[in-house]
Amino acid sequence: MIDIFTVILIGVATLAGVLCVVLGLVGRKPEDVTILAVALVEVLLLAQVVIALIAPAAGNHPTGNLGEFWVYLATACLMPPAAIAWALTDRSRWSTVVLGVAALAIAVMAYRMNQIWTVQLA
Amino acid sequence: MSTRRLDSSQLAGPGRILVAVYAVLAVAATGRSVFQIIDRFGEAPIAFSLSALAAVVYIVATLALALRWTTIAWVTIGFEFVGVLVIGTVSVLAPGLLGLDSVDPFGREATVWSAYGAGYLCIPLVLPVIGLFYLWRGRRVTAAESAAVESAP
Repeated sequence: MIDIFTVILIGVATLAGVLCVVLGLVGRKPEDVTILAVALVEVLLLAQVVIALIAPAAGNHPTGNLGEFWVYLATACLMPPAAIAWALTDRSRWSTVVLGVAALAIAVMAYRMNQIWTVQLA
Repeated sequence: MSTRRLDSSQLAGPGRILVAVYAVLAVAATGRSVFQIIDRFGEAPIAFSLSALAAVVYIVATLALALRWTTIAWVTIGFEFVGVLVIGTVSVLAPGLLGLDSVDPFGREATVWSAYGAGYLCIPLVLPVIGLFYLWRGRRVTAAESAAVESAP
């Protein structure tokens, strides 16, 4: 993983998560800003997939288990589509909170992915 | 019925968040325990077996909440609450009993219940409390509804 990109990924996922949870709790239904925020997290995750595919060849090797890393990354990639599908079928404020929960979970998973990649024996 | 403060459709709203958070936790616990069992079961067989058990219970609890299997929801969420308290305490006071070398909640042997779920932001500790409260409130509303039906002329 690339440090600066990891910071961006975790930062954007956290901001998107807080935004969606707050807007959901004040009663906003899923709308462009919340759905696009979570879609942006998905775009960053797909960029992370590309980075993770190329990095070992470029001399940036994971210190932890690469299989465990990919389980996290693949699961994370499935979450925004699932949350957005939920938001499109259930048009209630609670779906906005669900979008936020997914984004916050991705922030935690990205933190853990970074740990597996960079910390010895994580 | 404007005097009634809660009805089942209102309860269904926040309940969806509970289902979503449970689903995330079920996926997280399942993914991690399956990986730990395949990759390093010998390091801490008791802890990893408990981890897998917790993962299965989270999956059942998620389904029970989503499909409104109330009894199963009570049993699974109650089981989780007891599990996180008991295993959390053992993992802090006597990690050796679980075959753990340390209580590091982010370590390679960490499980969903280690150190009260600290590696999962303590969500495994907080969520059952919210879940049980939600079930308890739902039961009171249901009881109030049936009482209202019985007392109606």
